[in-house]
Amino acid sequence: MNDNTNSILSARGLKKSFDKLEVLKGIDLDLMPGDVVGVIGPSGSGKSTLIRCLNMLEIPSAGEVRFKNRQVTNKFKLSGDGIGTGELRKKVGMVFQHFNLYPHKTVLENITQGPIVVLKETRELAERHAMELLEKVGLLDKRDVYPSHLSGGQKQRVAIARALAMRPDALLLDEVTSALDPELVGEVLQVIKELAEQGMTMILVTHEMGFAADVANRIIFMENGVIVESGLPSDLLQSPQTERLKSFLARHLRHSIR
Amino acid sequence: MYQWDFYTVLQSFDLFVIGLWVTFLYTIGSISMGIFIGLLTCYARMSSSILLRTIAKTYQEIFRCTPLLVQIMWAYYALPLITGYSISNSTAGLLTLSLYVGSFYAEIFRGGVNAVDKGQTEAALSTGMSKFQSMQFVIFPQAIKKMLPAFINQSVIQVKNTSLLYAISIGELTYMTSVINSETYRPMEAYSLAAVMYFLMLYPLTKFADHVERKLSKSD
Repeated sequence: MNDNTNSILSARGLKKSFDKLEVLKGIDLDLMPGDVVGVIGPSGSGKSTLIRCLNMLEIPSAGEVRFKNRQVTNKFKLSGDGIGTGELRKKVGMVFQHFNLYPHKTVLENITQGPIVVLKETRELAERHAMELLEKVGLLDKRDVYPSHLSGGQKQRVAIARALAMRPDALLLDEVTSALDPELVGEVLQVIKELAEQGMTMILVTHEMGFAADVANRIIFMENGVIVESGLPSDLLQSPQTERLKSFLARHLRHSIR
Repeated sequence: MYQWDFYTVLQSFDLFVIGLWVTFLYTIGSISMGIFIGLLTCYARMSSSILLRTIAKTYQEIFRCTPLLVQIMWAYYALPLITGYSISNSTAGLLTLSLYVGSFYAEIFRGGVNAVDKGQTEAALSTGMSKFQSMQFVIFPQAIKKMLPAFINQSVIQVKNTSLLYAISIGELTYMTSVINSETYRPMEAYSLAAVMYFLMLYPLTKFADHVERKLSKSD
């Protein structure tokens, strides 16, 4: 893999250990503009840890992460070369498995909180943009509702709108449908699909293989902290090269009802 | 049968009132300063600097593991011998009370903050907020709900803690009661009256605390 200065996010030799347990054993990754990369693999393979290292919610034990070829550091503010977490996270948004909406704020306030405090937008501007986003995810009528009154699918759509409100260059989606009841998964996948079609650069950790195949232009299969296979969805899923991917697909597809 | 005689004691009711007022002043003063100290200490405990964390923890351990009365005596009698400056009893009293309750408040604030889901911090940070901003807009507002019962409880205790100031001759309610007692030789009536006055002060507070707790659990 060559040094690609056009990538939005790139990782080189990324390693992460929690105490004695090595969860990431050396990851190289490039996320190009417009890429939709699906990350699949068994539990404990390091998928979530990987994307959490990309926005420094986890600090790598070794290796580097670059945003538009600027090295990402763990400091909030940075002078000089490189990029600090404060600036990085404005440009790279995240959506979490357990939504993490602010329970003490309404849907609208959840979405405007970041733009007002971090981007210093005026309330009017932030609210107008928030309502556009709510319209996009189909929840404009819920803008004054508190998160506890929403279904899981609705919460996740609000969470996506909240991440989009920062006008990011890329989105990290960490198993965003794994905590949802099956019948609510579709509405969230629909929003993600539309984002992909509109050209949003995304990397999504997911168990929804069918969805990944449909929406992603590249799939990465991880196991035990390394990338085992990577390539076009059709190639990986229909003609897996390694035994590990073959058995993962066999196990997974056997259990999937869809 | 004991012959109750409140009349003699009630002659000096004005002293009781002054005592009540002084109690009130020291309560409000030490609680306000204690909140400020508690917030600083809580923030220091969560800092990335080991020095700050150690200073904060040491301060808390000292004030939580020694009796308030001993602290008050030490501040008034012993501290001047070390620093060479004598301080008024009111300064010693207010300072000690504030530092004492501040160490407990810090623990309550910490508990409240730790009770907020870690995902909330991650969500706030992931939109580019600084740690301080995440505290201000997301964590602390949620933590306040969780810490309010413990906070009110500690504040109620603090009202009673002011009675220890009597040991350095500060004219709060307990001191005034002892003065009245030494004049009237009616400890039964004097201290019963004092107890009633403390009770009348604190009972509404505890009822308020129950009310707040009920309202909070409803909004969950």
